[in-house]
Amino acid sequence: MIFDYNVIWEALPLYLGGLLTTLKLLALSLLFGLLAALPLGLMRVSKQPAVNMAAWLYTYVIRGTPMLVQLFLIYYGLAQFEAVRESFLWPWLSSATFCACLAFAINTSAYTAEIIAGSLKATPNGEIEAAKAMGMSRYKMYRRILLPSALRRALPQYSNEVIMMLQTTSLASIVTLIDITGAARTVNAQYYLPFEAYITAGVFYLCLTFILVRLFKQAEGRWLSYLAPRKH
Amino acid sequence: MKKLVLLGALALSVLSLPTFADEKPLKIGIEAAYPPFASKAPDGSIVGFDYDIGNALCAEMKVKCVWVEQEFDGLIPALKVRKIDAILSSMSITDDRKKSVDFTNKYYNTPARLVMKEGTVVSDNLSELKGKKIGVQRGSIHNRFAEEVLKPLGAEIKPYGSQNEIYLDVAAGRLDGTVADATLLQDGFLKTDSGKGFAFVGPQFTDEKYFGDGIGIAVRKGDKAELDKINAAIVAIRANGTYKQIEDKYFDFDIYGK
Repeated sequence: MIFDYNVIWEALPLYLGGLLTTLKLLALSLLFGLLAALPLGLMRVSKQPAVNMAAWLYTYVIRGTPMLVQLFLIYYGLAQFEAVRESFLWPWLSSATFCACLAFAINTSAYTAEIIAGSLKATPNGEIEAAKAMGMSRYKMYRRILLPSALRRALPQYSNEVIMMLQTTSLASIVTLIDITGAARTVNAQYYLPFEAYITAGVFYLCLTFILVRLFKQAEGRWLSYLAPRKH
Repeated sequence: MKKLVLLGALALSVLSLPTFADEKPLKIGIEAAYPPFASKAPDGSIVGFDYDIGNALCAEMKVKCVWVEQEFDGLIPALKVRKIDAILSSMSITDDRKKSVDFTNKYYNTPARLVMKEGTVVSDNLSELKGKKIGVQRGSIHNRFAEEVLKPLGAEIKPYGSQNEIYLDVAAGRLDGTVADATLLQDGFLKTDSGKGFAFVGPQFTDEKYFGDGIGIAVRKGDKAELDKINAAIVAIRANGTYKQIEDKYFDFDIYGK
């Protein structure tokens, strides 16, 4: 059994199209996921039980159910209801791309919210005391001290989340989207060459992961260098 | 002692069979778990298109037929060791199987068909499919057909894991239609509640390049006499209307193909 490069070479445009779809899905879901995660993370450190519980319930439910189940619920589940199919939301919900982005964004927002909350809770007491001593209001304290510091310290954990999300986008191929995995499945169905098809997809993901890791290392060097051990 | 007598009688009856050459029944193997072609009625009898066709052929050939039930993957081995004389069980004529058995001409060849909203007009050149979203089962012969024939016409081909997921999205309106085996579409979708408002549209697709040679009856390799007899009987029941009668009982479209 010889590795059949020709098939992969011919299918390369399909894979590149898949790469674009994967990147689009990843970028959109990370963007909206992060936007939602910020308020959710703040709610998770709130001292008001109602606010805190609401965010806790959200992250608990989302983190407690598989991504695939959430995707099926949004894509197939919602379409079951006549009311949904006739609502103004249907033009959006009938699109596989939208459903996938929505499911991914909801999922990553829950995990990211917990990362941000954890980072906020781990803020050194001294920073808060200093801010209070300066007479900052709560709002100013969050804006100037807590959030910038917490978000920086959340970077290493968040890079894990981003890489996990990259791998998770492969689920999009189940709802008819041709991302990198979708391209591999198409090639496999066409030529019955599962090894070649999926190893190519794997190489694509590996390269993307490598790039993401480099980007985060740079970001950490830029924003976290103050935490690095002192060099003499 | 009783047992011995019984055994002796059994042996005698078996041994005596070949002596009445003309009355030797034709033993036909069938797997009765593939409705509407063959399935078990509540009382245990076999019913279905395959069963009726087989009986019609036997009547035409004027031979007594005995149906032998068997798992599908055991049919060809049983034929080889002479436990049965023919297989009439919706078996597709494939090159692999041709290595082990001989096939009669097809006795049916279900076409692939397009299912869309009732009232949709699709002409034989399929030009109306431009811009339409068509769902297909990934890796199926219909997937290949759609990619190579429908896609160049401007249709958008959406791959799915299973036909059931396609039905969901057709019913929900995400897809404009689907291409699949006509019998499958009829029983799996059109006859169900979610298939209301949808119908077969456009021509039947039977291109051999994509959909193969159809379904045949298998006999032992080299059994030329049996093969010719059955082939003649297929032609005969096609000509005298028996085939049509049976077909109408199960399907509301032409199942024989071109």
